Amino acid sequence: MQQIINFILRYKNTLLYVFLLFIALTITIQSHSYHKSKFFNSANSLSGNIYQTSFNVSSYFNLNQENKRLLEENLRLRNILFNQNKLLDTVISDSTTNYTVISAQIIKNSYAKPMNYITLNKGSKQGVAQDMGVINAKGILGIVENTSTSFATVQSILNTKSNINAKIKNTDYFGSLIWNTEDANTVQLTDVPRLVKLHVGDTIVTGAMSSIFPENIPIGTIKEFDLNSSKSYYKINISLFNNMTNLKNAYIINNIKREEILELESETTNGK
Amino acid sequence: MANSFYFINIIRFTLLVLLQVMVFNRLNFYGFINPMVYILFLYWFPIKENKSPFIIISFLLGFFIDFLSDSMAINTVATVSIAYLRPALMRFCFGVNYEFQNFKITSTAKLQQLTFLSLLILIHHIIFFSLEIFNLSYLLVILKKVIATSLATWLICLLVSSLFSVKKK
Repeated sequence: MQQIINFILRYKNTLLYVFLLFIALTITIQSHSYHKSKFFNSANSLSGNIYQTSFNVSSYFNLNQENKRLLEENLRLRNILFNQNKLLDTVISDSTTNYTVISAQIIKNSYAKPMNYITLNKGSKQGVAQDMGVINAKGILGIVENTSTSFATVQSILNTKSNINAKIKNTDYFGSLIWNTEDANTVQLTDVPRLVKLHVGDTIVTGAMSSIFPENIPIGTIKEFDLNSSKSYYKINISLFNNMTNLKNAYIINNIKREEILELESETTNGK
Repeated sequence: MANSFYFINIIRFTLLVLLQVMVFNRLNFYGFINPMVYILFLYWFPIKENKSPFIIISFLLGFFIDFLSDSMAINTVATVSIAYLRPALMRFCFGVNYEFQNFKITSTAKLQQLTFLSLLILIHHIIFFSLEIFNLSYLLVILKKVIATSLATWLICLLVSSLFSVKKK
């Protein structure tokens, strides 16, 4: 007994170190799997408030630029609206809306790490929930991963865990959008079969397979493409429309029918 | 005396965490270089203190940084590791001298201080980026990040530490 106590006393620093290391490693390894990063995310109120304060100060610096961007977006939307034939006749009823939109501001963004997250200043109080899509005027940004009462963290498309259904515009050939961590302005589209004819400059948009994003939200254009090692699928590099290093405003998309879709899908797979 | 010691360290801790999270994590110099100045806390921390509280404080330091920057717990792992290795590194850099009562880090040669700081930074960054990327097939990327970020951290740490240098009595 004496020896055990002596041993512990002698190596108490080492034991403490191993213990703390073990805690930290456990948290790290747990966060590597999807949706487990409950604790270490900046949606908690402490970090949320710190980032909100810092955002309140720094947001003044490029108000001008941001206003111009919003004006351009308004212009584009007005153009679509005025060229519609049934101007202002359309009654928006509950049965025809599939998506509702929540606006939010980006209070924290990173793009230099392998796993990047964006923090928004809207949370469950405003109706934000896990697995909602996040876009801005130019294209997609990511998917909501965690929410607190007034903040939400978004798994950016610049995240090795991200995997989003995307297709080539005006066709039905789709693939999955991933990121190889190399460049903050380039993402990769895989699993597009080789029989598809591709051209550099083709537009890539979100596909209809996902219950998170509406179809045809812009992502980027094809920068270069190559066949993969087994020569049956393409490996496509896409340059994003969005400049992921400079983001301010975002829209969170809530698919009202998502639960219905998921329920139906799980019934179908389980009911076999 | 004891009060001012706690006071200084608590202020230093808070300021370094905020500085790291608000300023240096957003620097993204050349797209990926984010210097980690909070290592200075471990460089500045008094040598005479007990080692166990020091390891716990380092754990908390890494923990707060991770808490605020969506980085799992990799800062914690790296910080705890250099906190544990610090006595060994000091023996390596300053020789047996450092165990004497009247040893002060400011009274040693500049070169020894630089070696000590560089070793702290280098070990921290190697652990940090290996865990962050967690894939040996990206060895070159890890190396590139370690070298570039170490240089940046080293430079900023030198600037900050010369700005707030402890006055020689």
